[in-house]
Amino acid sequence: MTEPVAGLRSTACEPAAAAPPSGALDADSRRWLDELALEGHARDDAVLRLHELLLRAARHEVSRRRRMLPHLRGDDHDDLAQQAADDALVAVLAKLAEFRGDSRFTTWAYKFALYEAAVKLRRRAWQDRELPLRPDAWPTFASPALSPDEHLAESELLSALRAAIGEQLSAHQREVLVAVTLNGIPIDVLAERLNTTRGALYKTLHDARKKLRRVLAAQGFDLAHGTRENA
Amino acid sequence: MTADERSRLIAALLGPGRRELTCERCFELLDRYVDVELSGGDPDAAVPGMRAHLEGCPACLDDYRSLAAFVTSGEAGEPPEPAA
Repeated sequence: MTEPVAGLRSTACEPAAAAPPSGALDADSRRWLDELALEGHARDDAVLRLHELLLRAARHEVSRRRRMLPHLRGDDHDDLAQQAADDALVAVLAKLAEFRGDSRFTTWAYKFALYEAAVKLRRRAWQDRELPLRPDAWPTFASPALSPDEHLAESELLSALRAAIGEQLSAHQREVLVAVTLNGIPIDVLAERLNTTRGALYKTLHDARKKLRRVLAAQGFDLAHGTRENA
Repeated sequence: MTADERSRLIAALLGPGRRELTCERCFELLDRYVDVELSGGDPDAAVPGMRAHLEGCPACLDDYRSLAAFVTSGEAGEPPEPAA
């Protein structure tokens, strides 16, 4: 069993302040909290119903992403959903005190099941596959050829961007940027292979993008409009 | 490569370029964002920095779409639309 949602942990980026909580609990959310706070069989019943709720969400997610794993049988799909619901139940119960009523309780709980299901599916889909991380595997985009039908400024920007990726980023920044944005490798799959967290990798990606923006701005590119001041 | 493909590529490489949440904060606030959005409110006012993060983080965007899809239809027992 994985540590629930631990992969998200990081101190990445520039946190924006969240608005204050939306207000009082709705009746259904209050009922869930009250029943999960009971003892004995009453609590067991509430936990069982919570697991059923999470399993329904996990099964829905597995079904939604069925195309990712066409070789799996129906039993395998249900095993994945069961594992996701089990892990989500642990996470929800562990974080119950953190639920502040900013949403419906069920929406809050669903996200754990959907997250666990999605991570398991992405990892299963990429297991035994080599991740294209080698430096010579990037960039996969072609050199932009200029033509009357194309936007000159944007092609210039792409050329400069390509050079900056190669010359300004660290090897790790380049690897993460190329893997996630160009090669479509899910960030949690990459995090697992690199023995780090999704949050830490996103921090790397964020820093790489920030550096690229700074470099391009210094070259006169207006990134909001894709133009160049001294063009 | 078409102009649209180039634009998408540049956007993916450079990211949103605005203040954004971390992945961890995104997960913490995702339920609120979705509930506000689906109840007709202004999710971007309720959760500043979420939209920018979803533009920059494919995995969190995926999580957002999953939650929104389930709360919109799956919760009511409707079969899922296959993910892209």
